[in-house]
Amino acid sequence: MTGDYKALKLIASSNPHIRNNEDTRSIMLDVIIALCPALAWSVFRFGFRALIAALVSVGSALCWEWAYRKVLNKPQMLGDLSAAVTGLLLSMVCPVTLPYWMLVIGNFFAIVVVKQLYGGLGKNFMNPALAGRAALVACYASQMTSWIAPGEKAPLSMINADVVTAATPMAMMGEDFAGLTVKYGVRDMFVGLIGGSAGEISAMMLLIGGLYLIWRKVISWHIPVAYIGTVALLALITTPAGSSPLTYMAYSVFGGGLMLGAFFMATDYVTSPVTKKGQLIFGVGCGLLTVFIRKFGSFPEGVCYSILLMNCTVWIIDQHVKPIRFGVDPEKEKAKKAEEKAKKKEAAAK
Amino acid sequence: MAKAFFGGVHPNDMKAATHEKAIEQLAPPKQVIIPMSMHFGAPCTPIVQKGDHVKLGQKIGETKGLGAPIHASVSGTVVAVEPRPFSMGGNIMSVVIDNDFQDELSEEVVAPADPDLLSVEEMIEVVKNAGIVGMGGATFPTHVKISGGIGQVDTVIINGAECEPYITGDHRAMLERPEQIIGGCCFLAKMFGVDKVIIGVEMNKQNGIDSLNKKIEEMNAPVVVQPLHTRYPQGGEKQLCQAITGKQVPPGGLPSAIGCAVFNINSVCSIYKAMTTGMPVVRKVVTVSGSGVVEPKNIECPIGTPIGLLFDACGGLKDETFKIIAGGPMMGMAQYTADISVAKGTGSLLAFAGDENKVSDNPTCIRCGRCVEACPMHLEPLYLYMYVQKKNVDALNDAHIMDCMECGACAYICPGRLHLTQSFKAGKQLVKDDAAKKKAAAEAAKAAEEKKGA
Repeated sequence: MTGDYKALKLIASSNPHIRNNEDTRSIMLDVIIALCPALAWSVFRFGFRALIAALVSVGSALCWEWAYRKVLNKPQMLGDLSAAVTGLLLSMVCPVTLPYWMLVIGNFFAIVVVKQLYGGLGKNFMNPALAGRAALVACYASQMTSWIAPGEKAPLSMINADVVTAATPMAMMGEDFAGLTVKYGVRDMFVGLIGGSAGEISAMMLLIGGLYLIWRKVISWHIPVAYIGTVALLALITTPAGSSPLTYMAYSVFGGGLMLGAFFMATDYVTSPVTKKGQLIFGVGCGLLTVFIRKFGSFPEGVCYSILLMNCTVWIIDQHVKPIRFGVDPEKEKAKKAEEKAKKKEAAAK
Repeated sequence: MAKAFFGGVHPNDMKAATHEKAIEQLAPPKQVIIPMSMHFGAPCTPIVQKGDHVKLGQKIGETKGLGAPIHASVSGTVVAVEPRPFSMGGNIMSVVIDNDFQDELSEEVVAPADPDLLSVEEMIEVVKNAGIVGMGGATFPTHVKISGGIGQVDTVIINGAECEPYITGDHRAMLERPEQIIGGCCFLAKMFGVDKVIIGVEMNKQNGIDSLNKKIEEMNAPVVVQPLHTRYPQGGEKQLCQAITGKQVPPGGLPSAIGCAVFNINSVCSIYKAMTTGMPVVRKVVTVSGSGVVEPKNIECPIGTPIGLLFDACGGLKDETFKIIAGGPMMGMAQYTADISVAKGTGSLLAFAGDENKVSDNPTCIRCGRCVEACPMHLEPLYLYMYVQKKNVDALNDAHIMDCMECGACAYICPGRLHLTQSFKAGKQLVKDDAAKKKAAAEAAKAAEEKKGA
């Protein structure tokens, strides 16, 4: 049209008038894509039960979220895919032989108790998938710690059929590291020819997914590098007598849920600090706790609990690690604050 | 070496639509509507009345205090002096002039005999009388910036970043009018008594940089061009100073606090024109672009031209147009009507008819931290947003909400589609209201005390 523009219906909203293409849904979709290699490996190693478990878990996560918000008459937000990511992650941190209905219960805890009761997306203070796993460990300890032997396919049946079980590398690592190195080579650990939770066995596949997320700028390197770096460094220091530190480091990094935790769990936006410096602190904290739990705790693996514990510190980290205000010299500001404090003290003394 | 500030975002610059199109002259409009507030400060008082005959360049608005005078952009008859819709919101007193198409030049427009012989005070007087303001959009009166900066300023920076997407007016000026830019720089160097003026240009305008460098060599001018990384808001005054000098303007301060003064390319051209021809600011280059514009263009037109004429000159607007913006897409103002006219700060007119309006039914913060990384003022927008929602004034003050310059980088990058910038405008108002309330309460208490004492 030309000449007269009165017929136009104009939106007079605040600036900015353009937005980045990336939104919550595209980010969550990227996370799901990044988990696919590990999921495919899981299906390859454990059989189709791994895929069915993932689908059951995602489905139940979506159902719980839908039902909760329906009952409370809140707007439905399944489209942001965050519940799907939680469901997928939960299935990947559980043994593949776990009865399907337990996954449904785990998702209830993850989605309803941990996420929605605190206000939904963005408000929970713990990673829902890991909290769901922790709840399942508390409720069904034996099912959550029975691992199918590497190379065996899990039966598809509803109930937990008798399977040949075997200790995971992490359990062996604490007791008999030399024995572990005989049973599995470093390559087995890296590629994922070992036992463990459905999605954690292949460090290689998880690394591919993690690098994809960094390449897509969904996550930054800070948390994974700080986390894995801390674990690696401590492994060098705490190598048992008679073993090569480098070998021990490789087993510490590739074994257990470290890769899955460092790239996919600790980097959860909602439950990690917002500043890069805070994220480094958070990552180092996760690393320290993981090693402490592995070494001194009663569980052979500590990734899950170390991240959950660090989740609880995020608010404190965010309160104390803030960006330096534009135009302010941090040194001068510190001196000024110290002076003020001294003055206050003086005044109080008087 | 290209330089940059910390933070910011990389929106698609969308400049390809117009950056190769030479500035076109708009056919003279039948009528111009000149708003009496086109600068930072108190509005001007109209000094003409309905029925008066005015000439091109004649002063029609007189300033009191902080401000810049306003001049007739065409010759003709004043047909109304009344409030009209304004691009910066609301209605504002405007002088409406019917063009007689004679372009009869006012006697007030006198070129200085030899601009090189003028004293600094005389040069500032010329700038003041020409009504020059910061034409990047902030519209701070230029003569005030110069007179206030002399003695404090050792780094004179010209803002050629043009970091807002779509806008290409400054880029075209670099290509088509480099002599005006470099000439204006020379006058500024003289006024401030500095031996070098720095022009910061984003690297997406390489041919503009080359054009300026060529002219600098030709004129042997005390000017250098500093390439800058393409990143929004590189053209923010404080960000530009940081990129070029490495120093940061203290909170609440002006660039002069770190010895800098920043001028827009357009303003520099206006200084050159005023010094050489005596012509005040009566014309403006406007980039007309966006998905709603049939044929995007760079157009020069008299100030006060109704924006509809600019759209007409670009083939009109698409029927699906849902937004008209005066200014850039990041900081510009969305208009509720197309009845506004071009002001001194109107660098672009955008019309959107595509998928630009990305909104969410349930804007939700997922704490991704992208806003913290993007904020050029090093704030934490996600927490500011939370405090605004809770109307927590103390927390807003502690989080330095008044440092926010509403650049929109946080809201642009937010994957949860939160209305961050909008809420900070509300939050700043909360803080201001609260401060006013506290001040009033303190004064009342003081008065009561005095009463008691008496």
